[in-house]
Amino acid sequence: MKLFVCVKHVPDSAAHIAIIDHIRIDENISFLLNPYDEHALTEAVRIREMNPGSEVIAVCLGKADAEKTLRSAMAMGADRGILIKTDKRHDSIETALALKTAIEQDGSPALIFTGKESIDDQGMQTLFRLGALFDFPAATNVVRLDIVSGKAVTDTEFSGGVVSTYEMSLPCVIGAGKRLNTPKYPTVRDVMRSRKSPIQAFEFSDLNMETPKARMEVIELIPYIQKRQPKEITGSPSEIAQKIVEILKNEAKVL
Amino acid sequence: MTKHVGVIPELDGRGLKEADMGMITLARQKDTHLFALVLDGSDETLKEKLSSYGVSTLVDIRLAGDLQHNPEVRAKAVIGAVKKFGISAVFGLSTARGKDLLPRIAALLESPLVMDCFNVDLEANIAETSRYSGKTLAKIKVTGPVPIFGIRPNAKEPVREPVSAKIIQFDAGAIASTQLRVVKTGETGKGSKISLAEAEIIISGGRGMKNGENFTQLFQCAEKLNAAVGASRVAVDSGWVPYALQVGQTGEKVSPKVYIACGISGSIQHFAGMKTSGMVIAINLDTAAPIMSNCDYYAVADALEVVPELTKLLEKSACVT
Repeated sequence: MKLFVCVKHVPDSAAHIAIIDHIRIDENISFLLNPYDEHALTEAVRIREMNPGSEVIAVCLGKADAEKTLRSAMAMGADRGILIKTDKRHDSIETALALKTAIEQDGSPALIFTGKESIDDQGMQTLFRLGALFDFPAATNVVRLDIVSGKAVTDTEFSGGVVSTYEMSLPCVIGAGKRLNTPKYPTVRDVMRSRKSPIQAFEFSDLNMETPKARMEVIELIPYIQKRQPKEITGSPSEIAQKIVEILKNEAKVL
Repeated sequence: MTKHVGVIPELDGRGLKEADMGMITLARQKDTHLFALVLDGSDETLKEKLSSYGVSTLVDIRLAGDLQHNPEVRAKAVIGAVKKFGISAVFGLSTARGKDLLPRIAALLESPLVMDCFNVDLEANIAETSRYSGKTLAKIKVTGPVPIFGIRPNAKEPVREPVSAKIIQFDAGAIASTQLRVVKTGETGKGSKISLAEAEIIISGGRGMKNGENFTQLFQCAEKLNAAVGASRVAVDSGWVPYALQVGQTGEKVSPKVYIACGISGSIQHFAGMKTSGMVIAINLDTAAPIMSNCDYYAVADALEVVPELTKLLEKSACVT
């Protein structure tokens, strides 16, 4: 069976983000595999191991440099990669459509994995749009996945320690949460092997897609610097506690 | 022309939440008629409360009992109501539940969706949200039918504006969900009772808490403060507390009124999750920790000594009042 994992090439979380022309960022920073997608890959590889003859295919929409992210995906166990090259930043609507078209061209998915969100755009929706386009069920923030008699049984974690168990028909879309598994760092051998793994690359325009009617377009980026003016609270631990209570009462007015 | 705007309140055991009222306040704009799309049953009390924040029509969406918690069915029921009442924009909360509902609606309607919004201008169809792990604010222009906005809890202070309201029953009809079935919903018993995303006060612990046992101090203090407990990446990676408590880039993004950071250094990734907090109070032994120079109040002290004192004081004041 074909297990597709949609991965995204995102700026390193520790990178300094500089804005150019109020609309885009200086991309001359380090980019890497979206952290949540590591969990998606790890899970896809686990499912492959249980189903001999299966294949894990990483799919990425991004600039040519996103090949690095596909190589990381392959170092983590993907068998091969598909790169849809574009210099534009596409919204989730177009991204989902491009991923769907590319996946369909490759074959019928048994399961589609992706991270529950990307750390750059934080749109939290591509996985559901993929599901709707394929007419597959989808679940987000999945922290457990079992394949039981032809169905996917997943746990989705909500806040306050609440977990819902969903049973979905296959194929389905799994939005990986952090607690799904613990990704292993690739060994040198994994990295060497990934260099030789095949990547099929083509241009976004080769997909011949119609432009969707709905759009989400970034019209302005503003640096978010909130410089606070720190004031020191001094004294013994109990004096500090006393002052904090006063601040909570009189200034923050939350008590 | 009056715009029909739908708001999806997220009810808890006690009814409407503070975050709902903020979200409704944000949805209430020039020439809007607010429809509350209520999925979990409504009554006069709820109508009173919603109408005091400007909701004119409460749509009581009726679902078959066993399907009430199915997110696919809920999404389809909302879409039914959107069509029935000619609703042209939908507001909800960017909570864990909202993240499982709003994208489903957007995907089925092929509508634009912006999650985690701080602000929305319905006339210009522009939403403000954060990008690049909170390092930038982004203005997003949405085009297309029925834009959907997931509002970050606590992003807007609730403001009352009483109107008269009516309840309309809306039978969502038979919605089949053959693809997804809810097997069960339960609590794992981990984590604090109050949801991190919605808490007014968060008391968070990091490396300075030293071990999982010491987090008990934070839970005790949180109980007195009516706060949620959060944690830094170090604390969750070390297994001191569950991942669900993590605040930061790859954890929960929070905007409480007060964020108390105990033994947290304040990495760029941690700030990504809490920088929109109203007030930040840092307790840390390390004066060089980044959080000490980007907070409102800081104390150079051992959180393990301050927190128990804080709990004691709060216990006392609770006795007085």
